[in-house]
Amino acid sequence: MYNGGKILLGLFIFLAVVTFPFYNNVGKANVAPKPSIDTPAIQKLADKKCIESTAFMKAEHMQLLNQWRDSAVRDNSRVYVASDGKKYIISLQNTCMKCHSNKKEFCDSCHNYAGVNPYCWDCHLAPKEGK
Amino acid sequence: MGIDRREFLKIVGASAVFALGGMTIVDAIMNDNAEAAQYTPEPGALVAKQWAMVIDVRKFKTEEDYKRVINACNSIHNIPDFGESKDEVKWIWTDTFEHAFPEQQEPELMQESLKELPFLLLCNHCKNPPCVRVCPTKATFKRSDGIVMQDMHRCIGCRFCMAACPYGSRSFNWKDPRPHIKNENPDYPTRTKGVVEKCTFCVERLAKGLMPACVEASNGAILFGDITDPNSEVRKALSSNYAIRRKPELGTGPNIYYIIGGGSDNA
Ligand code: SF4
Ligand code: SF4
Ligand code: SF4
Repeated sequence: MYNGGKILLGLFIFLAVVTFPFYNNVGKANVAPKPSIDTPAIQKLADKKCIESTAFMKAEHMQLLNQWRDSAVRDNSRVYVASDGKKYIISLQNTCMKCHSNKKEFCDSCHNYAGVNPYCWDCHLAPKEGK
Repeated sequence: MGIDRREFLKIVGASAVFALGGMTIVDAIMNDNAEAAQYTPEPGALVAKQWAMVIDVRKFKTEEDYKRVINACNSIHNIPDFGESKDEVKWIWTDTFEHAFPEQQEPELMQESLKELPFLLLCNHCKNPPCVRVCPTKATFKRSDGIVMQDMHRCIGCRFCMAACPYGSRSFNWKDPRPHIKNENPDYPTRTKGVVEKCTFCVERLAKGLMPACVEASNGAILFGDITDPNSEVRKALSSNYAIRRKPELGTGPNIYYIIGGGSDNA
């Protein structure tokens, strides 16, 4: 006996389960995250620009942060000279997060969307958010 | 008609070459982007060939003197207080003369009172650090200025370094330290469960041109400087006083000196 009916039913259930994420999302808008850059420190900047271009920061901030930590911890070079010649003290906590003091609305909004969970925050203290 | 083993291996080989080729292109693009940037030390940073510390034991008079120095380190470095010695994390602490200097056989060279005193202990930033030799990940390494540094990002918590250090200078984080830090210093990171930590000679302060926190808090009882420079404060202090180091016979070359006699205060 081949039990054709049972096999087909099994197949159907299997397909239903594996394709659930796809048809469950049909018709729903895929809302891209909008990281907020509205913080007091950023508002005070005359030129609202990060240390490098937005496109570079979006695509490469993780590589940059890796270079930063190696430079500061291993080579004792704690000043970053940006491509426009401006100098920044290398520090996630004291440089990045002084401007981006809204970790939840800035960092987390994209990280949650992309499903990445960087362990930077296991040691580096996130700024205390008021609200 | 299926493919035979030979055929299969050829395809696998070809795809591997293709994949690697692709990676190199990605790498090249990434390196290109980051190339514009440069890294330099901070302008006012304190520099030395070999940092060393001289602790003038005679200048520690009261319990308060030790506490002030230890607290200076604990509070700026977010050192947790677990309340029990089994989990203790310590960068600078005190112990008795017998424990600190088990090999010292000349008690008559010392004033009686010194034997009763607690001694301030910390990482010796050894010249030939056994902790660096055994660390499998190079998380513990020696900088060109002699500071034995620990890269928390790399530490895998194997604790080889703790076994290798003859001075008990390293602590392991058995628990998440965060809930046990009374007042977090927002400017300095904490550590995480599963890493080893110790005194860093305040590298973050030296980079800014500041002396280590314990030195600053000691009111002149602790000196810090370049031991290779004959004109440095540490060398001057050592030339006119009687100083000892912890377990020098082991050959690790400790860079913490304890002044216990000599100079004008000689009894
Ligand atoms: S005192 Fe211990 S931890 Fe410090 S450098 Fe020497 S061996 Fe390493
Ligand atoms: S515990 Fe960390 S620092 Fe110590 S030897 Fe292992 S990896 Fe190196
Ligand atoms: S040198 Fe810095 S890290 Fe080391 S014990 Fe003193 S205050 Fe602490």
